[in-house]
Amino acid sequence: MAGTTKKDAPATPRDDAEQQRLANVRPEGWRNPQPATRYHLAIIGAGAAGLVAAETAAALGARVALIERAQIGGSRLNTGCVPSKALIRTSRLYAEMRDANHYGARAPDDIPPDFARAMERVRHVRAHLSGDDSVQRLIAAGVDVFFGDARFESADCLRIGEQALRFDKALIATGARPSIPDIPGLKQAGYLTNENVFDLTRLPSRLLVIGGGPLGCELAQAFCRLGAKVTIVQDKPLFLPREERDAAQLLSDAFARDGLEVRLNTTVTEVRSSNGCKQVDLVSDNYRNTIEVDAILTGIGHVPNVQGLGLDTIGVDHDAERGIHVDDFLRSSQPNVYAAGDVCMEHKYTHAAAAAARIVVQNALFHGRERLSELVIPWCTFTDPEIAHVGLYVREANRLGIPVRTFTVPMHEIDRAVTDSEERGFVKIHVKGRTDRIIGATIVASHAGEMINGITLAMVAGLGLRGLGRVIHAYPTQAEAIRRAADAYRRTRLTPRIRERLGRWLAR
Amino acid sequence: MLDRLEQAAFNYFMQACNPRNGLVADTSREHSPSSIAVVGFALSTYPVAVERGWMSRADALQRTLVTLRFFRNSDQSGKPDATGYKGFYYHFLDMDSGTRVWSSELSMIDTALLIAGMLVAHTYFDADSPREKELRDLADALYRRVDWRWAQDGGPTIRQGWKPECGFLHYGWEGYSEAILLYALAAGSPTHRITDDCYKEWTATYQWENLYDQDYLYAGPLFVHHFSHAWIDFRGIHDHFMHEKRSDYFENSRRATLVQREYARINPHEFAGYGENCWGLSACDGPSDDQPDVANEERRLFGYAARGVPYGPDDGTLSPPSILASLPFAPDIALGTLRHVLGHYPEVLHQDRLAASFNPSLAGDDGRAWVSPGHYGLDQGIVLMMIENFRSGRLWQWMRRCQPIIDGLHRAGFRDGWLADAAEDAR
Repeated sequence: MAGTTKKDAPATPRDDAEQQRLANVRPEGWRNPQPATRYHLAIIGAGAAGLVAAETAAALGARVALIERAQIGGSRLNTGCVPSKALIRTSRLYAEMRDANHYGARAPDDIPPDFARAMERVRHVRAHLSGDDSVQRLIAAGVDVFFGDARFESADCLRIGEQALRFDKALIATGARPSIPDIPGLKQAGYLTNENVFDLTRLPSRLLVIGGGPLGCELAQAFCRLGAKVTIVQDKPLFLPREERDAAQLLSDAFARDGLEVRLNTTVTEVRSSNGCKQVDLVSDNYRNTIEVDAILTGIGHVPNVQGLGLDTIGVDHDAERGIHVDDFLRSSQPNVYAAGDVCMEHKYTHAAAAAARIVVQNALFHGRERLSELVIPWCTFTDPEIAHVGLYVREANRLGIPVRTFTVPMHEIDRAVTDSEERGFVKIHVKGRTDRIIGATIVASHAGEMINGITLAMVAGLGLRGLGRVIHAYPTQAEAIRRAADAYRRTRLTPRIRERLGRWLAR
Repeated sequence: MLDRLEQAAFNYFMQACNPRNGLVADTSREHSPSSIAVVGFALSTYPVAVERGWMSRADALQRTLVTLRFFRNSDQSGKPDATGYKGFYYHFLDMDSGTRVWSSELSMIDTALLIAGMLVAHTYFDADSPREKELRDLADALYRRVDWRWAQDGGPTIRQGWKPECGFLHYGWEGYSEAILLYALAAGSPTHRITDDCYKEWTATYQWENLYDQDYLYAGPLFVHHFSHAWIDFRGIHDHFMHEKRSDYFENSRRATLVQREYARINPHEFAGYGENCWGLSACDGPSDDQPDVANEERRLFGYAARGVPYGPDDGTLSPPSILASLPFAPDIALGTLRHVLGHYPEVLHQDRLAASFNPSLAGDDGRAWVSPGHYGLDQGIVLMMIENFRSGRLWQWMRRCQPIIDGLHRAGFRDGWLADAAEDAR
């Protein structure tokens, strides 16, 4: 497992679910097909971007080669979104059971979490969903699937072992891997990343999470709710530094309620190992202390996978941090070669990678002129509450000189949030100046990820707050908060002058 | 009633002051160190007390001189046991020696509050006597000594703090806060002023929000909407942001009061006592879980915390001083609320002084609300200054003549209202 010392690396249990998943994403005894004379599109990497590009291009009649080094499905299916959300579901259930009183229900006082069982479910869900991304389905869709390390030999030829693949256009979709902080002793002591944490079968009783980004926050809360004593260390003043302050603050509060040990503005200076435990030195301003844990989970941000591809041979500009340099049409400095997904994009999300892949198919194969910058990309951190965002943040708009007005609806104003005891959070919709044009939104709510889609839809369709106000939202739903923001906008249009005019009309 | 409250607040400073160095205790609790911000409030209250006849001008002058001399002569080496560095001071100082305690940070905002108090004295003591002249020279020198530019640490905005052990603190300072006064003083400095775009960079983090049908510059805790206003009259003056929003910071504080009231009416967490006439979520002392006399099974308690609306933290604790500090902005609402609170919770008033906070959800067996023991200097300072501004506008009038404030507000882009007149006068 990349970046992980052997002594700590858990191995996935080879149960039925795992056998099924492997048969779908990396069949044993696989033999690569005989390459076609020339492919319209050769794709390196069968993660979110690669799969969408392959399926879309093949459906449009293109000859497509898809080359994967490890497993079909990439991090989304195997080590990212799918397993983490499956685990989060179980952890939320435990949290709710512990909170049963609050919901007017009675539950046994002690509900010891069964971690092994939760992980079994994770593997089952992952195996089930791997069917959609299986090699067999890809073959049926007309895609030639190759396993192995691909390397550019020339601007129209890739080599995989002994085989040469000729292509008109290529798409690099090799994704990214977790970046490991440079902390003395960390490597020797051993650590987990998202690449192997889902292979655990036993709960570490004390877990340190280094990094307060989306994945760190999600897993810290999930492991805490599954019974681990979790400490989360973040070197910045708030979690999710990209998100707005209130969102990050609400998350800190939620963590505190869950009993996570929150250490903000804190850095890890050294890790030592003894008697099977890890001693971790922390420093915050001038305050130093040492904590003892059983496991460390890290992976701050992601490093694009650009090595070993022969990029320099064919003149594809790249660097270790940003990955492959692409223009707004996702084309690299080598005109035949495109890139999509985590290997080249700032927004490292499955859905952004998939949307970019569709752009590449249009632009590479059909002379399209679709632009990455025109995509409206929402995202969500699946903590409890969830934190979702789309479009501009207020600070970005302020810096761009765009006047912003925010319509804020606290979730405690929404009936359904109150009936569900999920009233912590808000919907904030940002509009431009005195207009109703939506330029962004942040939602903190139990189901913010579902709710943000309505605002994304409005933004893509060019529907302003006034238009949203005409959309009837089913009552009682939490998404009603969006309509409430539109109502608030409408009320601001009711100036004293208009009110006076209405008064005169009614008094006729 | 207001007169009684104001005078009792003033007496806090008399009782809590060390006459040998002018330092004032942060709280009335035993062994409390001095907070430099409370000293700033104290310096601002002496001229008010002279005008109200609670203190002689000579006494006020003497106290102020002692204070300024102490700061001028204090150890500015920045060592861990010094008093200050680069013209700034550590947040908490030993009442007797005046050296740093609690490993506290060199605090930019608290230094600004201290300097503001010095500038009140500078403006008020305008006689041509040698002692008043000495006072003005001292205040001027101490203001000029502050290296505001250094406090930017090469960045776009002012850092919140610095410690000799680890350098600048990296706490984010995003969104509207009580720091306008700090930025005005830092921009007005003739010696070490902040970069030209510093204030603009800070306001770029503002959020203009429509919440409970109020359009306002959002900040959760009520004190944010008060502190700078104790010294600066924001009525009718606008920076670029407020100009664009067709509002001003004074009106903004009025709307913040309405938002507080509406939050308390909704009372999302169903705390006892909350209502249209019972609000005041602000930075204040509060009960905490480790206090043995506090029975609390379900709720988390936050101790001293910056409570705010609408996202909390909220543990049912309200700050009566923050109600009173809303007086200039929303007098009817503030007075109605104060009457209600004093009528229903008379325990919040002790020696005519408002307690830092109370929590009706944590009532004892006698039915009385939990009340924060003792008194806080910051509370008494803001209470006095806001009552005075409400009654006479005195502090505002003095500071309208204060050149650093005028220059600083100008450089930050403030225009209109009394600032236009001040600029006219200067010409």
